Amino acid sequence: MIVIQGSNMAEAHPVGFQWVMEAKRRGAKVFHVDPRFTRTSALADAYLPIRAGTDIALLGGVIRYILNNDLDFREYVVAYTNAATIVTEEYADTEDLHGLFSGFNNDNASYDQASWRYEGHPQDATTRDTETQRETAAGLEHESHGAPVGGETERDETLQHPRCVYQILKRHYARYTPEMVERVCGIPQEKFLELAQAWAANSGRERTSMLVYSVGWTQHSVGVQYIRAGAIIQLLLGNVGRPGGGVMALRGHASIQGSTDIPTLFNLLPGYLPMPHHADHPSFDEWVDSIRHPGQKGFWGNARTYGVNLLKAYWGDAATADNDYCYGYMPRMTGDHGTYQQVLNMIDGKIKGYFLLGQNPAVGSAHGRAQRLGMANLDWLVVRDLFMIESATFWQNGPEVATGEIVPQECRTEVFFLPAASHVEKEGTFTQTQRLLQWREKAVDAPGDARSELWFFYHLGRVIRERLASSTRVRDRALLDLNWNYPTHGPHAEPSAESVLREINGYDVATGRPLSSFTEMKDDGSTVGGCWIYTGVYADGVNQAARRKPGAEQSLVAPEWGWAWPANRRILYNRASADPDGNPWSERKRYVWWDADKQEWTGYDVPDFEKNKPPSYRPARDASGVAGIAGDDPFILQGDGKGWLYAPTGVLDGPLPSHYEPVESPVRNPLYQQQANPTRKVYTHPINTLNPSPPEPYSEVFPYVFTVSRLTEHHTAGGMSRTVSPLAELQPEMFVEVSPELAVERGLTHLGWAHLVTARAAIEAKVLVTDRLTPLRVDDRIIHQVWLPYHFGFEGLVTGDSANDLFGISLDPNVLIQESKVGTCDIRSGRRPRGPQLLDLVVDYRRRSGDLNPHYPPQVTTDGPDQEV
Amino acid sequence: MPHANALYGPLDPAPDAGYEDAPPRMGFFTDTSVCIGCKACEVACKEWNGVPQSGLDMLGMSYDNTGALTANSWRHVAFIEQPRPVGWATPAFEGNPDGPAVSPATAAVGARTSADTGTEPGLPPGSPVAAARMSAGPDFLGMPGTQPPGRGSGAQGRTDFRWLMASDVCKHCTHAACLDVCPTGSLFRTEFGTVVVQEDICNGCGYCVSACPYGVIDQRKGDGRAWKCTLCYDRLGAGMTPACAQACPTESIQYGPVRELRERAAARVEVLHERGVPEARLYGHDPDDGVGGDGAFFLLLDEPEVYGLPPDPVVTTRDLPKMWKHAGLAALAITAATVFGFLGGRP
Repeated sequence: MIVIQGSNMAEAHPVGFQWVMEAKRRGAKVFHVDPRFTRTSALADAYLPIRAGTDIALLGGVIRYILNNDLDFREYVVAYTNAATIVTEEYADTEDLHGLFSGFNNDNASYDQASWRYEGHPQDATTRDTETQRETAAGLEHESHGAPVGGETERDETLQHPRCVYQILKRHYARYTPEMVERVCGIPQEKFLELAQAWAANSGRERTSMLVYSVGWTQHSVGVQYIRAGAIIQLLLGNVGRPGGGVMALRGHASIQGSTDIPTLFNLLPGYLPMPHHADHPSFDEWVDSIRHPGQKGFWGNARTYGVNLLKAYWGDAATADNDYCYGYMPRMTGDHGTYQQVLNMIDGKIKGYFLLGQNPAVGSAHGRAQRLGMANLDWLVVRDLFMIESATFWQNGPEVATGEIVPQECRTEVFFLPAASHVEKEGTFTQTQRLLQWREKAVDAPGDARSELWFFYHLGRVIRERLASSTRVRDRALLDLNWNYPTHGPHAEPSAESVLREINGYDVATGRPLSSFTEMKDDGSTVGGCWIYTGVYADGVNQAARRKPGAEQSLVAPEWGWAWPANRRILYNRASADPDGNPWSERKRYVWWDADKQEWTGYDVPDFEKNKPPSYRPARDASGVAGIAGDDPFILQGDGKGWLYAPTGVLDGPLPSHYEPVESPVRNPLYQQQANPTRKVYTHPINTLNPSPPEPYSEVFPYVFTVSRLTEHHTAGGMSRTVSPLAELQPEMFVEVSPELAVERGLTHLGWAHLVTARAAIEAKVLVTDRLTPLRVDDRIIHQVWLPYHFGFEGLVTGDSANDLFGISLDPNVLIQESKVGTCDIRSGRRPRGPQLLDLVVDYRRRSGDLNPHYPPQVTTDGPDQEV
Repeated sequence: MPHANALYGPLDPAPDAGYEDAPPRMGFFTDTSVCIGCKACEVACKEWNGVPQSGLDMLGMSYDNTGALTANSWRHVAFIEQPRPVGWATPAFEGNPDGPAVSPATAAVGARTSADTGTEPGLPPGSPVAAARMSAGPDFLGMPGTQPPGRGSGAQGRTDFRWLMASDVCKHCTHAACLDVCPTGSLFRTEFGTVVVQEDICNGCGYCVSACPYGVIDQRKGDGRAWKCTLCYDRLGAGMTPACAQACPTESIQYGPVRELRERAAARVEVLHERGVPEARLYGHDPDDGVGGDGAFFLLLDEPEVYGLPPDPVVTTRDLPKMWKHAGLAALAITAATVFGFLGGRP
């Protein structure tokens, strides 16, 4: 069984969807949960329409269904998750606190996580204050690093102890009944039960189910908890680390996985090492210790080695043990440097220059008007793209020119447009959803002055270094000491992408021999490696990512197609595919197992476990690092080796996922007094005004829910599709999909015009009235949802208003992802006003919604009237 | 088997056209039950064959903004929204507070739209009634109105819904009327049994346009010549798969020897019937049909008309011999009558 939720896989990931169809051919059942019936739903065996932003309520319902009917895979749950672990008695649940967990601090709207800890663990488990963690998007860091917990835990393997995780889970989700799911999500109970029953029935010892999500889950103010809720179900049903199971996070671009592994993020360094923070990580040792947590168990115990190798890759011979491997050269975070904070800083004149590569925020980011006004207030802007995109021409052609907010003659931003080479015009790797690196050959020369990113940055660095060559200033040493030597070739001196891959892989400094595995890395400066999790991709001096052995000529796992990190392992935590004794849970689902004769782990995939550590291994009480992981603990990056149903630390908005309404919602949260995520990141900037939501008055001014996503015919902000004739003609106009019922209510006609209004903007679109949308009955009200594609902008062969203009900026606290999948709006028949009248319309709506001043809904609403539950 | 050079009935077209040692007849089997409507086939076709733009108008026919096969669109993905059950799925909107289906009404609106595809006859507006019938399926009972939500749930509300997608293409008929009527020999039968227009020979007479029983072929404006799918003749010669089939992510478009594809198609229909999709059927696979079977045939989930396909296509030249015979007889009769008139009038 495959559950697709928060993803329009067939449309946004059609190439990956071929495998869903392949599974379907072999008899798999496909469930699709989505606010509207899409091309994915058309191929699914069951479709559940859901109110946007209520997925945790549905998933919580499934969790309750599993627990109340004893349908969990009990042996797996007891052995491999923290279900049996006992939590301190200081912990108080949302059940007791109207939707808050214990430790909530009203002053800064964040949690002190001390009361969430495991029984017997010291109280100072949280090493950094949670407000700083939110500012620096450090919540996910902790998750990927295994948050700091000691290895010894108190457990009750009968799962009866009232404070064991299993019982806490049961109490926390007790109110997520089928009736409540119906009330919150608008999903009829029969349909909910169809999903819950099928999911449980297709999981366990003999069967596994897969969960698929995309940005329909992540882009919410509770985004991280959506995925946690899905992971809890998969852990309860024994669907993690086993073939046919897992939680598939579909990535939306060719190498978005690669751009988090070797990140284009402000808070991470390659291999998920955290970006140093000026106050928390003043020295190399403090930085390393914040990752490895001395004394803690698990693979992050070797963080020092990974850090040394990264710094050696940056600064080569200049990086020595004596100077802490040039750690002092590393830039430091001072707070929130996320993309939305930067845009607000641009508006406030705090940022002077900006590079835009492969991004079109004027169309693709939330609150388009803020994006454009920010970029219009820079001294200079460099845009590298294939086409003249909106983010390069906003000062001339943007909607703010019509409203008079930007005057082209006066706009101060100097825009440098540099043509970029496309993916077929340069070589390199893509890292896809499955962590698979696949090498791309260059097929044709780029036209004219178009160049690769590698060329651009290499030569930019070269020129800057040449300019600074005679500098004696200390601040220039970081640039001048860089290891910036890559062989070049061809008429344009293109750097060798393979030489970069070799450096990423790592090599022995003395001999130049490429490393085969990150276990060969040393922390004494004798090896170099740019991204420890990628070590092995250039093993034996061979570009392993370029392997193309057809699937038919190798095993089902196809280990010789490309290369997957880490260690060419295709399924993470695959030790869990065997039982605690090391035998496959079932013959059908055999994948990795313990070979008692050879005393080693073996199987179809590379075992995700120390090769010779027997299932019977038990660590000494004071063991730390890898040695602290027992022979039957598959989750080797977690401090306790267990899959976390309950997160005792690290997740900033609570140890368990709870349903909070989207920041903009027409509905009062039926589950708790707490309306929306209390710890969400709020930007109280004048431009970022938000629509009121219950319990505030006037939310009825914006009565409809809108959601945006992609069409298969276009790509993201349209820079690569609205500019290309064979794609542009397939979806040539901006449109809005409405149900026939809403069309009647608002007087909308098929192929007529409509405009949508929020507190930020009004945009227009052609109307598609379709049976694919349905009204929902939510808490005895009828809720209408509309859908828009977010591809359109004012440049290209086909143009239209941008859906992202409708959104305000509200972020998840853990990773600072924006809530751009759900908001409230009004929809009216006809075209929007032109010129300054457009602003008048928006102002009029703000006046009617009670507040002409910038409006930010309250973060805590537990003092409101009690909800009947 | 009919005799050589027959204009009707089953035969192997390449040997019939005079090829000695012809390779097996190649074609497409398009399994619409796995089509995800991504239109990769349309794009791949345009890219490979350099087919021009066919208009930037939104048609409002669900997600179909191509409209039809024209000289500027050699693959066309049809989208049909229907308030009908899907064989393999549970009802999509059961229990929701919705009213009656609007699909027939929106299809009727969409049918009135057209676009300048840059071709003749291109994409003339269609019949709203026929379009509405397509969207409601065979048991269409008139066009419903809509009513406010909440009042329509239950018996009046829509519960079932399905979204049919199908990639249409030139059928490469066994008996290709376009080829039969082409006066210049521009249209010819390839060694693979496919039908191809040679653009350097076409004189733009347009006879083929009216001859095609499927309405596939038309003429490019300003150019005047006829253009259509070549089944990527240039790729076939090099042992490659046609661009559309190569691009199709779900193997909805399958390319191969027609004989093999027919076996595969029959097996697939059987599987779907077993899985509770009794409406699955093949279209264009039968050598005994009106065009002697298609080189490009389909698995459909509804009547062919629903997809805009003629239910019983007949090669328009089928009756030519008979017509000539009739014409000949008529001529003889007239001659006889005339002669008789001359001779018989005189005693």
